[in-house]
Amino acid sequence: MGTLLHGVEGYMYPNEVELQWSVLIVLYPYITGLVAGAFILASLERVFKVEAVKPTYRLALLVALAFLLVAPLPLQLHLGHPERSFEMYLTPHRSSAMAMFGFVYLWYLMIVLLMEIWLDYRKNIVEWAETGTGLKRWIYRILTLGSRNVSAAALRVDDRVGYFITLIGVPSAFLLHGYVGFIFGSIKANPWWSTPLMPVVFIFSAMVSGIAAVLLLYMLTSKLRRTPIDMRCVDTIGRYLLYTFVIDFSLEMLDLVHRLYEADESLRALDFMVHTRLFFSQVILQIFIGTLLPIALLGLTQIVKLSEGARKAIYVAAGSVTMISIFAMRWNVVIGGQLFSKSFLGYTSYKMAFATREGLLPAIILVLLPFLILYVLVKLLPPWPKREAAV
Amino acid sequence: MEMTRREMLVKSGKFILLTSAAAAAWDYVLAGKAEAAPNYDMTKHWWAMVIDPEKCIGCGNCVRACETENDVPEGYFRTWIERYHVDDWDMEHPQVDSPNGGHDGFPEKYHDGGKTFFVPKMCNHCADSPCTQVCPVGATFITPDGVVLIDPKYCLGCRYCIQACPYGCRFFNPKTNTADKCTLCYHRITQGLTTACCEACPTQARVLADLKNPKDPIHAFLRTHSVQVLKPQMATHAKVFYKNLDGSVR
Amino acid sequence: MKDFLRSIEHLLRVVLLLALGVIGFLVVRRMVIPAEFGKYGHFRPAALDEIRAHPVKFAGRQACEACHSDQADVKSKGKHANLGCEACHGALARHAEDPGSLVPKLPDTAVLCARCHEANQAKPKSFPQVKTAEHSSGLACNTCHKPHDPRIGG
Ligand code: HEC
Ligand code: HEC
Ligand code: HEC
Ligand code: HEC
Repeated sequence: MGTLLHGVEGYMYPNEVELQWSVLIVLYPYITGLVAGAFILASLERVFKVEAVKPTYRLALLVALAFLLVAPLPLQLHLGHPERSFEMYLTPHRSSAMAMFGFVYLWYLMIVLLMEIWLDYRKNIVEWAETGTGLKRWIYRILTLGSRNVSAAALRVDDRVGYFITLIGVPSAFLLHGYVGFIFGSIKANPWWSTPLMPVVFIFSAMVSGIAAVLLLYMLTSKLRRTPIDMRCVDTIGRYLLYTFVIDFSLEMLDLVHRLYEADESLRALDFMVHTRLFFSQVILQIFIGTLLPIALLGLTQIVKLSEGARKAIYVAAGSVTMISIFAMRWNVVIGGQLFSKSFLGYTSYKMAFATREGLLPAIILVLLPFLILYVLVKLLPPWPKREAAV
Repeated sequence: MEMTRREMLVKSGKFILLTSAAAAAWDYVLAGKAEAAPNYDMTKHWWAMVIDPEKCIGCGNCVRACETENDVPEGYFRTWIERYHVDDWDMEHPQVDSPNGGHDGFPEKYHDGGKTFFVPKMCNHCADSPCTQVCPVGATFITPDGVVLIDPKYCLGCRYCIQACPYGCRFFNPKTNTADKCTLCYHRITQGLTTACCEACPTQARVLADLKNPKDPIHAFLRTHSVQVLKPQMATHAKVFYKNLDGSVR
Repeated sequence: MKDFLRSIEHLLRVVLLLALGVIGFLVVRRMVIPAEFGKYGHFRPAALDEIRAHPVKFAGRQACEACHSDQADVKSKGKHANLGCEACHGALARHAEDPGSLVPKLPDTAVLCARCHEANQAKPKSFPQVKTAEHSSGLACNTCHKPHDPRIGG
């Protein structure tokens, strides 16, 4: 009776019928992935001196911040006792892959992202603290931390420190997201998750999604601001998107080939799952539409000389399916890893509720929330020169 | 090989030295005066369980007793019974079922005379448990007497431990909003009683054992029988020992 | 030197803020961490006592025998000798503590006996099983069998 209700096929251990990690836990790595990816794109300009992507530098940082602020919310919503989450800071368990999350998060938020943004904007903040009016003025004043220190020497120091922070920021971004991969990859009980490739795949898919997100947002904001799109910039981003995508895809294929060839006890169960319950989200959505298609499109821009309009169209199309693809990838990892029994004898199914604490509605809200925050951030800390914004 | 044997000798030597006090407590238990047993000393016990699938009749007494004793919510199981049906040589693909965890017994399903048997399942109280390893805050832990417990007042409800258990022994309790699982009836065994499931089992298919008590028959049992733990490849040092377990069981 | 300090003055403010944050965290942590956390391992030792305080519902067979020696004696000689009383009568710790407060309902043999004895291919072959419908021809099991000593004719 209960099993029929839950769409069970074959044998699940009785406690396995219900999924533990819902769509919210799918969102979480999706969001931190965007953070890490956007940050790495920003650091391209700063650390690796890729001048072409400069127009997106500040935007990428703000995107990273907006998403990072939302990142813990799905986790909080999902916890049985959110009011106890502070225990992670009180008594972190050293052997737990999850315990360091709070610290890694704080490190990344406070030391890396906020510092880098602050240092980069400080000159403007001090300016705005004087020219601004009303509430905004007060916000800027607080943001100056009471220091109007914008002498040439101070700004030089800022630049050096900022560079240094970006330098530690890149491994930190890898840490933030690779770590999420490790949370899954280190579960030996679950063969779908348990692979040392998991953190690496997570990092590359993060870069893919972050780059695509910034690419899309840059094109969108340019359109909204009616400023011309810097083609050199988007071409470069498009190229990086292609490279990371190819690496990401190769890693995932390596994982797949390895599994197929090793054919251990879990293969039959997992193979069956991919051909049935995950067929749409994994094979169709993630691999064919979400990966091969954008790689082909982006590859085309490298091989054939296309008009600007065609390239823009390709970037928008490729970027959009990429966002879907990476979401599908997170879905397939998180949900897929819970659809089969650890006895390898059966399958359950995931039925998403709508307006419950862990349902579709909160998930949609949590996806939209970063854009709201981004809107506020962009108003507060315009990532592009003022005069253009006024147009 | 040599190492492990030496280790075994040293260990069993320790048992004999360590546990005369535990043995004294045990006498009270055998006399039916558990509550009179001297103060419980955690360092003098190391709890385990022996399960003999060949004795299990699938009556569901253990499942119901556990539910009653521990207020297990309906549809979730701290212990459950599986029915295996193995076709001839095809060990890799047994047919398994566990209607309502075996709570209401097993309506007859097979009539072919093939190999069919019951396997009681429960938390293995692993000495190297993957579930306690992953708990981010220390809300699940192994006690000094070898029982894996959950602190329901400290658990966040993140469910990482449920994912980490290879045996499906944990569940999310919708009443407490925390992870939940078998406590090996810690409230009973620490006052000299056996677990509720063992108490209710009509055939002694499961027997509580104290590995630090030299008088416990488990020592003779383990020495003279072929025993197995579930999923030994998980290297969890499980402490629920199955006698003559069929290779198809996972 | 002074020039240099002036040029990093704003950074010192950040460092100060962060330091305050860290100190504040350490102070709060000290205040709210559960008592004796980590005494026996990475957990709250009070949890052990809380778990041990859970009420016992199955009294255990020895407890029953103290008062019901009649049934215990009968049972100990029969084929059900190894069964605990509560395997059939259910959890009765409350009754054992105070017999007056809860007088147990006697089990219905039609349901009770079949749970264990209904024939099933998965049961061990050595276990006595009957197809109850055919075997009892609708009569209650205890018309012929005594539950505490079930074998007919010794
Ligand atoms: C402290 C002594 C005591 C203990 C211990 C005790 N009982 Fe009883 N029991 C009684 C008394 C006295 C009665 C009669 C109550 C009455 O009829 O009011 C009784 C009645 C019963 C009855 C109902 C008899 C009837 O004719 O309806 C059952 C069944 C029973 N006990 C089972 C048990 C079991 C099983 C246990 C062990 C868990 C147990 N008892 C422990 C004293 C005890
Ligand atoms: C096989 C299951 C079973 C076991 C084990 C069992 N009983 Fe019973 N008991 C019954 C049933 C069934 C009845 C009802 C008898 C009837 O209605 O004829 C009963 C009746 C009783 C009664 C009512 C008086 C009587 O004799 O009919 C008492 C008291 C009692 N049991 C105590 C015990 C005690 C104490 C133990 C443990 C030593 C025990 N029982 C073990 C099944 C069991
Ligand atoms: C909780 C499980 C359980 C219940 C309930 C139970 N029995 Fe039994 N019964 C057993 C066990 C265990 C044996 C001993 C089997 C053995 O010796 O291998 C047994 C033995 C027997 C035997 C002896 C079979 C032989 O070897 O000749 C009979 C007859 C019997 N039971 C009848 C009954 C009746 C009648 C009832 C209902 C009042 C009943 N049983 C309830 C578990 C149960
Ligand atoms: C009409 C009388 C009668 C009724 C009613 C009855 N039995 Fe029996 N039962 C017997 C006789 C006679 C035997 C064979 C003698 C023996 O083995 O003790 C027996 C044997 C058994 C055996 C042992 C079988 C074996 O293979 O050794 C079991 C178990 C059993 N009965 C269970 C039940 C159960 C359960 C019920 C209730 C559904 C029940 N009986 C009702 C008369 C009866």
